[in-house]
Amino acid sequence: MNRVEGHDKVTGRARYAVEYPAGDVAYACPVQSEIAKGRVTAIDSADAAAMPGVLAVLSSDDPPDLAEDADPELRLFRGREVAYRGQFVAAVVADTYENARAAARAVRVTYAAEEHDVLLRADHPELYRPDKVNPGFPADTEKGDVAAGIAGAAVTVDVTYRTPVLHNNPMEPHAALAAWDGGDLTVHDSTQGAAADRDTIARTLGLPPGRVRVVSRHVGGGFGSKGTTRPHAILAALAARAAGRPVKVALTRQQLFDVTGYRTPTIQRLRLGCDAGGRLTAIEHEVREQSSTLVEFAEQAAVPARTMYATPALRTAHRLVRLDVATPSWMRAPGECPGMYALESAMDELAAAAGIDPVELRVLNEPDAEPAGGLPFSSRNLVACLREGARRFGWDRRDPAPGVRREGRWLVGTGVAASTYPAKRRPSQATATAEDGKFVVRIAAADIGTGARTALTAIAAATLGVPAARVRVELGDSDLPAAPLAGGSMGLASWGSAVVRACEELLRDGRHGTADTTAEIQAGGGYATHAFGAQFAEVRVDPATGETRVPRLLGVFAVGRVIDPDLARSQFVGGMTMGLGMALMEESVTDEEFGGFTNHDLAQYHVPACADVPDVRAYWIDEDDPHLNPMGAKGIGEIGIVGTAAAIGNAVHHATGLRVRDLPITPAKLLAGF
Amino acid sequence: MKPFEYTRAGAAAGAVALFRPGDMYLGGGTNLVDLMRLGVAEPERLVDVSRLPLDRVEADGDGLRVGAAVRNSDLGAHPLVLARYPMLARAVLSGASGQIRNMATVGGNLLQRTRCPYFQDVSKPCNKRLRGSGCPAIPGDHAHLAVLGHSPACVATHPSDMAVALAALDARVHVTGPAGSREVPMPGLHRLPGDEPDRDTVLEPGELITAVALPPPPPGRATYRKVRERASFAFALVSVAAALDVGADGTVAGVRLALGGVAHAPWRATRAEAALLGAPAGEEAFARAAEAELEQAVPLPRNAYKVPLARNLIVQTLRELTP
Amino acid sequence: MEITLRVNGDERTLPVDPRTSLLDLLRERLGLTGSKKGCDHGQCGACTVLLEGRRVNACLLLAVACDGLAVTTVEGLAGDGALHPLQEAFIAHDAFQCGYCTPGQLCSAAGMLAERGPSAVTEDLAAEPGLTAGEIRERMSGNLCRCGAYQGIVAAIAEVAR
Repeated sequence: MNRVEGHDKVTGRARYAVEYPAGDVAYACPVQSEIAKGRVTAIDSADAAAMPGVLAVLSSDDPPDLAEDADPELRLFRGREVAYRGQFVAAVVADTYENARAAARAVRVTYAAEEHDVLLRADHPELYRPDKVNPGFPADTEKGDVAAGIAGAAVTVDVTYRTPVLHNNPMEPHAALAAWDGGDLTVHDSTQGAAADRDTIARTLGLPPGRVRVVSRHVGGGFGSKGTTRPHAILAALAARAAGRPVKVALTRQQLFDVTGYRTPTIQRLRLGCDAGGRLTAIEHEVREQSSTLVEFAEQAAVPARTMYATPALRTAHRLVRLDVATPSWMRAPGECPGMYALESAMDELAAAAGIDPVELRVLNEPDAEPAGGLPFSSRNLVACLREGARRFGWDRRDPAPGVRREGRWLVGTGVAASTYPAKRRPSQATATAEDGKFVVRIAAADIGTGARTALTAIAAATLGVPAARVRVELGDSDLPAAPLAGGSMGLASWGSAVVRACEELLRDGRHGTADTTAEIQAGGGYATHAFGAQFAEVRVDPATGETRVPRLLGVFAVGRVIDPDLARSQFVGGMTMGLGMALMEESVTDEEFGGFTNHDLAQYHVPACADVPDVRAYWIDEDDPHLNPMGAKGIGEIGIVGTAAAIGNAVHHATGLRVRDLPITPAKLLAGF
Repeated sequence: MKPFEYTRAGAAAGAVALFRPGDMYLGGGTNLVDLMRLGVAEPERLVDVSRLPLDRVEADGDGLRVGAAVRNSDLGAHPLVLARYPMLARAVLSGASGQIRNMATVGGNLLQRTRCPYFQDVSKPCNKRLRGSGCPAIPGDHAHLAVLGHSPACVATHPSDMAVALAALDARVHVTGPAGSREVPMPGLHRLPGDEPDRDTVLEPGELITAVALPPPPPGRATYRKVRERASFAFALVSVAAALDVGADGTVAGVRLALGGVAHAPWRATRAEAALLGAPAGEEAFARAAEAELEQAVPLPRNAYKVPLARNLIVQTLRELTP
Repeated sequence: MEITLRVNGDERTLPVDPRTSLLDLLRERLGLTGSKKGCDHGQCGACTVLLEGRRVNACLLLAVACDGLAVTTVEGLAGDGALHPLQEAFIAHDAFQCGYCTPGQLCSAAGMLAERGPSAVTEDLAAEPGLTAGEIRERMSGNLCRCGAYQGIVAAIAEVAR
């Protein structure tokens, strides 16, 4: 089914946050900290205030009234302390974007800088064990005797992988348009969840939620970075109040690198052992990562090891250090993405060391139940994905010897990795109403490019037994029935459940149906619910230049029932494309001297361009899982990025014989190995 | 952006007559507007020269004369350029994107400034922006910066692809200014940083590039190779412009070599050229020539890869050009 | 300064701040928000419009420098009511997800299809290259898509190019 908003998107009519018309609108631009740690000692805004068009200057000289218990990243201008370079310390509101930006530059901020610490190190003395890792997992688990498992193994690997800071970089920079009407606030925000955003904005400003409305009908990507409220939205609200006019805040691409979250860098040690037949005797996965001094955010990178393979001994651990950096946050498949990169790379090393085909090694270690928790899987078709992928990819023709295939100046290799992502859902509300010959579904869901509007249309139409053309889905507005945000690949499972129930009630009622799935979801459980997949990559590496190209990526996924093949394929392929970026080019470089990052734009932080991805294909197998939700569907937004980087890294090894254990795999690192 | 005035010139002489201290010439704007938005460039007035009638590509005997306002895309698609100067065509086509090439002018491309991350961030020191403020790239992030000809004051690289080809082709840059007109040979337009890294080129204030003259192309085969992490739309880690003419006896009768991405200026590899002339065209001579050039390299900890990369790329490109 | 632009066929005369980019003029002054701001530095292509028929980055053009010129944005790509073949093909091939890069992709593709000559991946500079998938990918690499819709984008453009 074509995207229902497709026509609006190709004609430019789809409006994103700051594209809504607003009378007499003003513009606010933030002033950002130029130190990584210390205090603001003085803010001289006299020059800025006197510049043409300036309406207001906001800063800690006149702290706004914000809730004491609000997210410290959102408590703008409340204190003088600086926690990271790029933190907002002031802002200017002016009549035009040009005037606001020029005046923001004219604000002079004086600091008392303190020595900062911005670099994650494996031996950092302040590493500690967090109580929980995102979103609520225990930091450590232990089952069996890892030391004995390793000691008794016929083959072992003990390797450390590193992943850099990665930035989500949605194409639409975070932006908000705020307007007050008396004590009521409307924010057109670029957010992955209008209801959650509304709640956070209201709580931060000390307003009842009923006084705030968030509208976000179209969102130009988020990949996790718009899952939580960001400072631009609070700034827009404060600036609009100060100026007495609607205010737009559109962050620059450079500012996105500072205040919209990022994927923590990781240092991951993997110890694996197997017997001579390839059966695992132990898995140990230890992760070191960072958070800010403001907020503890611990990415769950070792959590997928609790799900993947059968082993008598399994230990997973997370250690965190609080640095003078911005708070890391969600980026597509937090936990699984970096964690499976390391685990699946180590599995490839183990396969090579044991002389076992890497597909077969994974098949050999297929568990009967979830290894860490012991729950039965609601469905698990990793082996089917590996077999189907191997068949489609032509894996049986593969010679395992590394570094021996040449085509012209290129060394050619192939690699495989497994993929997984949890399949969960959250309570949601929805209504369905018969109106003027149409069926209107209302839900505060978000379509950030996933196709949610289209998929919910299809789900409603199927439940009602009517053509999709007779269904209209309204979403992206916090005034609609409350719904969870688009995140954790839970969106469609959560919203779809509520839409099915609302439509079922409409069928009974004849006119209207409402649904709240809280009780239904609480009643579930008893199963480990995960999607699985297998990723295959072909790479070419020029040993003279270190250039790496990926002529083929192929993924096969098991995700329950696929609601819409076109939308699903786009999600998988999009995730795999982002995974290619992670493998070969994406890296935010921490500025050790000044804090923040040295690269902070799209010329220096490379995301894949069209020329990088000649052939990315995604397939899925039929999977019937009755334990999930009324649709029988698992979320698909994130699994596509999980395992891609490992498959590419494993293929680079197969092509060249080199293991680069430090992403991204750049010419610099390859040339150091040749 | 700081407020500025804007005026459009109708002729080159008029533009120079209009020019006063604090002004800058505006070509395609692809780098200048970018730098103004970053606060790196703060002109008091822009003199728009993008519509000057300097937009012709014309044969000049067996050579070529390219107006300074010719857009990169028109240069890269021009039949005379494709036929006579494939090295230049490939260099231009490998730069930036289709949109940028439609905007960027030949004159502006030559005068674009470094993409060193510190130069582009006005909240950090940079000797190129403010002489004497320091160079944080040397102890910091210099992974993409210079390995040849840099100084303790600056390790910036010149980002142009086109200029590397022009340096290999012995192009001459026609300039007009308050003190009259002159020709500046390529290489030679761009300076090494020394202790004045704020000066990218030898041009004086108010001087305007009007044209680039290309002598007849060197005999033999020529190409341009560019290495980058992303397959397109990225600056070079290292690039090579090369022309090779192998005589009937199998020895090198003529060679041109220039490197991009390694220095503050397009780097004409004169030592490699000298080592190659008269030598038997082959792997051994190519490797020796590359070594002779890169002996001078002074890599920093995070850009040491550029030395083997440049060496290998020279050898690979010369091999490709050997009949 | 006062300038006159021909925007999607309509002549528009208005005073502008010399600092205003063509992109901000379109979005903030003329209400044409189809052209997107993804980076404001010519690094993503979301702002691509046609200026005198050629694809350019509207974020790097000063509006004053466009005085007297004709601009086509995504809103003006097709005739009244109908869709441009590229717009149809983008829908049919699911060549977008979030849609934010889409107007720039469309304008870029329209400009690209009118261009002549080789690209960086053309092997023989002397021959007029056919618009293979590889040629399309290279020529469209100035338009980033973080959703990774490139497979659909290339298929859609290839269909229209045929």
